[in-house]
Amino acid sequence: MLKADFLVPLRHFDVEADIEVSNEILVLVGPSGSGKTTILRCLAGLKKPSRGTIRINNRIVYSGQDRINLPSRERKVGYVFQEYALFPHMTVKKNVMYGLSRETRKSKPHMVEEFLDMMGIHHLHDRYPRQISGGEKQRVALARALVTEPEIMLLDEPLSALDQEIRSELQQELKKIQRQWKIPFVLVTHDMNEAEILGDQIIKINQGKLTVLKQP
Amino acid sequence: MGFDYTPIILSLKVAVVAVAIVVLTGIPLAGLMARRNFPGKDVLESVFTLPLVLPPSVVGFILLWLFGKNGPLGQFLAHYFHISVVFHLAGAVIAAAVVSFPLMYQSAKASIESVDRTLENAARTLGASELRIFFSVTLPLSWSGIVSGFILSFARSLGEFGATLMVAGNIPGRTQTMPIAIFMANESGDFRTGFILVLIMTIFSFLVVFWLNRWSKKQQRGLMPDEGIE
Repeated sequence: MLKADFLVPLRHFDVEADIEVSNEILVLVGPSGSGKTTILRCLAGLKKPSRGTIRINNRIVYSGQDRINLPSRERKVGYVFQEYALFPHMTVKKNVMYGLSRETRKSKPHMVEEFLDMMGIHHLHDRYPRQISGGEKQRVALARALVTEPEIMLLDEPLSALDQEIRSELQQELKKIQRQWKIPFVLVTHDMNEAEILGDQIIKINQGKLTVLKQP
Repeated sequence: MGFDYTPIILSLKVAVVAVAIVVLTGIPLAGLMARRNFPGKDVLESVFTLPLVLPPSVVGFILLWLFGKNGPLGQFLAHYFHISVVFHLAGAVIAAAVVSFPLMYQSAKASIESVDRTLENAARTLGASELRIFFSVTLPLSWSGIVSGFILSFARSLGEFGATLMVAGNIPGRTQTMPIAIFMANESGDFRTGFILVLIMTIFSFLVVFWLNRWSKKQQRGLMPDEGIE
């Protein structure tokens, strides 16, 4: 469960977010520059709102009033960045392993292999990000985020860099993954069509203002 | 007449220790300055770069004042550690470190700044501490700039003359480094010694520049996006 209600000023307008996501997909849809990514950055702890609260399950990760602002590394948030942000100097396997603690690596030595298998990218494990396709990068980014067992997933235009064909395939896959993991997904896109396919809940954002288009 | 190798040994000693100091101070400072903003940053930035543009005699003068018998650092070292750096090899190390610091710092800072910050943010969301991010993401990705800063500051340390002469003096066998030995050989008309040392310095410097150029070209090729796609 993710519950967030906060305000963050941008240069030309304020972003006022008020969202509640249970184990479903919330799609934030809006044009570029409308404040979508800002919302994700605040949820992840990469940007600090000026006031409000953010609650992940029963944890308050941000509260302007109580001066709580948990750093990203303690929020248990999975983030798939727009251009995937894979570490270019690490192999696919090393990328996926990055978020695992030393203890987890020791106690579950096959965890990464299983994840690579599950995402259908096991054959790529020793490749570098520059040697794989966009769709493959996307799977690696998803695997890298999910392997840390996050409590919510944030996805910034995860499909917009891909061809139409692979796009619809990955849309179905994303939906499947969310149903398996049963955690809140917040996905950002500028594509209304994509929002309708993926969203259990759809919120339109324009100049920082949110309008609910579809209720779960 | 035998050839005196001690200036070469002394120069190498000075350069190795000076570069070690420069690496240990320059890289962390570059990391901080590339990623943090604070009041007075511009002033500090200028101070860090100053030794690059100041005449060596000015650097020497300042260091002599700082580390001299009555200077603040000189008194501190004499009082607590009973050491004096002026007219000792340590003085040559300090002079070399100060003049080569900006080369390491500038080069490291430029390459750290060029690292995509989204990658550091990705590491943050994956639970990494700031220290781990620096060593596992930022440093490896700015490696080329750090290596070239390392090489340039090593070469600069090896070639430091003006400030070294003022701070460490010219004591053969103790503080007489290669560049100073060349100067003295020339003054005293010892062409043979001068020529051999000049040859060594020139060949070494050529190799440094040549290798650095080739290496940076190779790096650029390595970063081409289509490399290695099957």
